[in-house]
Amino acid sequence: MSVRSIRPARPEMAAMAKPLPAVAAESTQASARARSIRRRRLNVYALRVLVAVLWIGSWELLTHLKLVDPFFFGQPSGILQKLQTWTTEGTALGPLWEQVAVTMEETVIGFAVGAVLGVAVGVLLGRNRLLAEVFSPYIKAANSIPRVVLGALFAISLGLDLKSKVATAAILVFFVVFFNAFQGVREVDRNLIANARILGADNRRLTTEIIIPSALTWIIASLHISFGLALVGAVVGELFGATAGVGELIYSAEHNFDANGVFAGMLLLAAMALIAEALITALENRLISWRPNPVGTDVKV
Amino acid sequence: MSEPAIDLRHVTKRFLTPSGGVYTALRDLNMQVAPGEFNAVVGPTGCGKSTTLALISGLEPPSEGQVSVAGRPVTGIVQSTGYVFQTDAVFPWKTVLENVAAGPRYRGVSGREARQQARDWIARVGLTGFEDRYPHQLSGGMRKRVALAQSLITEPRILLMDEPFSALDVQTRTLMENELLALWSLTSSSVVFVTHDLEEAIALADRVTVITAGPGTVKGTYEVDLPRPRNVAEIRFEPRFVHIYQEIWSDLREEVLVSYERQKHSAGAA
Repeated sequence: MSVRSIRPARPEMAAMAKPLPAVAAESTQASARARSIRRRRLNVYALRVLVAVLWIGSWELLTHLKLVDPFFFGQPSGILQKLQTWTTEGTALGPLWEQVAVTMEETVIGFAVGAVLGVAVGVLLGRNRLLAEVFSPYIKAANSIPRVVLGALFAISLGLDLKSKVATAAILVFFVVFFNAFQGVREVDRNLIANARILGADNRRLTTEIIIPSALTWIIASLHISFGLALVGAVVGELFGATAGVGELIYSAEHNFDANGVFAGMLLLAAMALIAEALITALENRLISWRPNPVGTDVKV
Repeated sequence: MSEPAIDLRHVTKRFLTPSGGVYTALRDLNMQVAPGEFNAVVGPTGCGKSTTLALISGLEPPSEGQVSVAGRPVTGIVQSTGYVFQTDAVFPWKTVLENVAAGPRYRGVSGREARQQARDWIARVGLTGFEDRYPHQLSGGMRKRVALAQSLITEPRILLMDEPFSALDVQTRTLMENELLALWSLTSSSVVFVTHDLEEAIALADRVTVITAGPGTVKGTYEVDLPRPRNVAEIRFEPRFVHIYQEIWSDLREEVLVSYERQKHSAGAA
């Protein structure tokens, strides 16, 4: 046999070779394009700032002119002042960072417990048809009740400290992650499973190397939503009864008819959620780096 | 003939359809493949060609009859089997190196040893330098090379291929067919190569098995006495090739027409 037929040239690799050096006209065109993209991006940023200025400015102005009652609707300068007082002089419940730390602790632990249980049960039921059929009506029923009210139950049974908030956050996270993990396991490509079995994978390897990586796209998508839910669970848990935390801060502000305090608490929660979202996106890009398009490059609303 | 490497006797395979009916994919199929033989299975679409491979590999049990590999009845996954799927079945979350090393690792070879073997096989299929790429970063032809290396690294005694090159463009396909023959000539494995392309079947195989329109059963087997080594790109111009093609096509044509008529009718009924 000729050498050529054993190691033929590969056109599909030739296509991946470096392009020829660009001619001058092309490079000018390219830099013009890059400039227009930069200009567009600057425009978008400028418009975003403009929206914020208009929104907050009109709010401040309307409340300042007493066209809108700042007692009910708060006032941007008042909110800022409140945050400043909280950071410098501390809150009625103690230093501000302690309240943030308490809520963060409840959220993160609840999120972790709910996510781990959700993935574990989702994979278990996804892999076991009998279990899935036995439990599916119960899971559907449990999913249909508004689970935040369980926070009241947990406040009674688990007390007013960390445990009841973690439980509330975890139960909210659990269902979202569970349904996604379950669906993700069900949607694993049959060919990939067949291939792994032929190659000699046992059940454990099949689960850890094929099923879970494949379902990970689904699971991670659910983590984005469920971190927000964990925060909701922690705050609602605090509203049902607590001695510290951002939720408790909001609760006491409400009781003092302090609209600025409520808004300031909301702002803190939003900041916490945004930071967590950025962390999860970073984790996602790390865990599923094999995907064609990493997330975080396009507009998301 | 010595003991066949693959032996299917009176095999019938039925599936339950989602609506509760019974679909017969194969009926009373008899087929033997000798050790080291390259057997191409051709037939119209939906004749149960892929089902045959699933039975030989042990992925599916037969409803009736017996499937034996190397004289032993098949009861589960046959460890000495390699399987190249029609669609991409390389693992998208593993790099080329991890994909090729998967087989040895699943069979208990140490990580370092498995990677060593994998590098060797990646070189054999001409993908050196692409070890750390993910499948989505490769072309269709390169992914097929990964799939080939992934299967061949376990040194299977039986290689099952389910229309492996049908998704490739014609030039890449011819190149891959030649490479497959070159790689196979270094092994002593028996190959069952399913295809709907009669030219591909004759160019590659020692023997062509024609399956009838579903339920599939063997319509006939044909020796392909073309000399090896072969060049797939040129062999189709040989007079002997044309002669064999005409002989098999006269049988296959009827089955293709039957299958076509049926599809027309079911499309008309729907």
